[in-house]
Amino acid sequence: MFRGKKYFIEALWEGLLKISGSVTSIIIILIVLFLFSEGMGIFNKKVVEDGYVIAVNKNNPVKDLTPEQIKNIFDVKIVSWKELGVNINEDEITLLRLDDIPNYFPEDQIAEDMSNLPQIISQILKEHPGMIAFIPEDFAKKGFSEKVLDLGNINLKEFFGGKEWFPTAQPAPQFGVIPIVMGTLWVSLGAILIALPFGIAVAIYSAELASKKVHKILKPVIELLAGIPSVVYGFFGLIVIVPLIQKVFNLDVGETGLAGSIVLAIMALPTIITIAEDALRSTPRAMKEASLALGANKWQTILKVTIPYSISGITAGVVLGIGRAIGETMAVLMVTGNAAVIPHTLLEPVRTIPATIAAELGEAPKGGAHYEALFVLGCILFIITLIINLVVEYISSKNKVA
Amino acid sequence: MKIKILGFYLALLLLNLGVNAQKIKGSDSVLPLSQKQAEAYAKKGGRATVTGGGSGVGIASLMDGSTDIAQSSRKMKFGEKAKLVAKKKQIKEVVVAKDALAVVVNPSNKVSQLTRQQLEDIFTGKITNWKQVGGSDLKIIVYSRETSSGTYEFFKEVVLKNKNYKSSVLSMPATGAIIQSIKQTKGAIGYVGLAYLNKEVKALKVSFDGKKYFAPTIETSKNGTYPIVRPLLYYYDIKKTKVVSPFINFVLSKQGQDIVRQVGYIPVK
Repeated sequence: MFRGKKYFIEALWEGLLKISGSVTSIIIILIVLFLFSEGMGIFNKKVVEDGYVIAVNKNNPVKDLTPEQIKNIFDVKIVSWKELGVNINEDEITLLRLDDIPNYFPEDQIAEDMSNLPQIISQILKEHPGMIAFIPEDFAKKGFSEKVLDLGNINLKEFFGGKEWFPTAQPAPQFGVIPIVMGTLWVSLGAILIALPFGIAVAIYSAELASKKVHKILKPVIELLAGIPSVVYGFFGLIVIVPLIQKVFNLDVGETGLAGSIVLAIMALPTIITIAEDALRSTPRAMKEASLALGANKWQTILKVTIPYSISGITAGVVLGIGRAIGETMAVLMVTGNAAVIPHTLLEPVRTIPATIAAELGEAPKGGAHYEALFVLGCILFIITLIINLVVEYISSKNKVA
Repeated sequence: MKIKILGFYLALLLLNLGVNAQKIKGSDSVLPLSQKQAEAYAKKGGRATVTGGGSGVGIASLMDGSTDIAQSSRKMKFGEKAKLVAKKKQIKEVVVAKDALAVVVNPSNKVSQLTRQQLEDIFTGKITNWKQVGGSDLKIIVYSRETSSGTYEFFKEVVLKNKNYKSSVLSMPATGAIIQSIKQTKGAIGYVGLAYLNKEVKALKVSFDGKKYFAPTIETSKNGTYPIVRPLLYYYDIKKTKVVSPFINFVLSKQGQDIVRQVGYIPVK
């Protein structure tokens, strides 16, 4: 009877562990699926803002405009149809937004319920062959006689190859992710380059060389670093690191990728150090003593025995550290300047994926193109970290001492 | 007996909520103002619940009747008016306060005034050096708010005439961060709400006609001479005038307008 009860409890425990394990995995898979299903919607969205259309004169031969061209037209950077390869008798482009209508048409003749707007807009477009209009869909339906451009959907090439990020631009938002992805990679790479040597050096020192007294102080101090909220790091970065970088490199502006890298490196250090140190300490004493007995000195033992033995633990620490660096939001948001331009060095302002999502998701209308674009950014971030994990997994499995 | 009394109070409470509570919804810029107003109004026995969500959300809720007052930091758009007309609703607009944006630079900057055209050229990237507008030979670093902010849109509409900012502007998550950055960057320019102005940054005089320049102060914003000012508005259905007028009258009263000043906006009366 007693044995039966014991078995039952053990089986219960086992079952519980199994369930919690599978529930966690299922939830993770669901989150990833959700991320991708929300994000993919963007490629079914129109190039022009939802609910609006671009219209031109009936005789205008223009067929297709890219989002970039539309933006430049409405920013008055493209001012003639010739620049777009369109031949038309009135070459200069004039813009028509709804608010401009009173400039072309007496306001008191617009019907109270605005039912004659389609006719009015048609008439204005007819009189101005070079005009391009940005109007609500509803006014381009019944009674509208001019040409509505069919510009198609946002396509993969414009999204992944685009170099401009203007998610709220009217009439055509620009969703070019290159600057943001590049910014993320630059900042993370910089952070790793700074954190890795420091982290591993401190871990080796603390595990192998430090006296007990030093270790007693060092360990809690490092663990304290991990407990500081990221906003505090961000604030520290903005007030201390940013002006410092500006002075040291004699820059026009201190909010740079490097500032982000330094802050992230500081934030990743405790993770890397703690885990790498634990891994180094787990090297069996017998192995180290065997090495010393063979005549190897302390350094040779560390380099040839301790590190190779604990390499998988060290890489685990590095992965977790990098994971924190790539996904970190608040600290980066405050120090990198968030300019969406493709960075060429670490001394330029950059915009990262997490900062973009954090800053913009709150105000993006749910289900809109902007909202979905931010989800695609989340997918890209997920894929980047996945690749890093796989690479590290591969390296550590190769280097493992059997 | 006790239950009866409790039930009576509960019924009274529900009645109170149903009849007197005014729902105010919309712009996050107006939110702190409306909240303070609602608190003071509650002390006088009134009741108003305030939620944010953005000007667009507020106006949309006004259309479907889920709010009594829509708070907005911009005038109703043409498209929104068209929709209201289609629903045969008549909407009244009340300006309850004003908000001015100051263009600020580093205190060491020699430039002290700019025209609208110069501002547009700076923020869209045509002018890149301070010497082009009479300053020293220094690269211009442009700071802006994040794209999601209402301030970003307002500045774009009024100063940039709907053109997009250049892509290399540094966008900061909060007004405080803009001030901090401009304080420590020599060539910086940015914009902040009037209430945030302090001695760490220098506010520029601005001219929209190219002749007269005006400094951003409560006075110039109030009398309309300073050009970068936006109205903070309440919209309501004319049919509900009776329900909402006590609260709106309170906001426009002397006490209400004092609250406007405390929150950092410009009173209209």
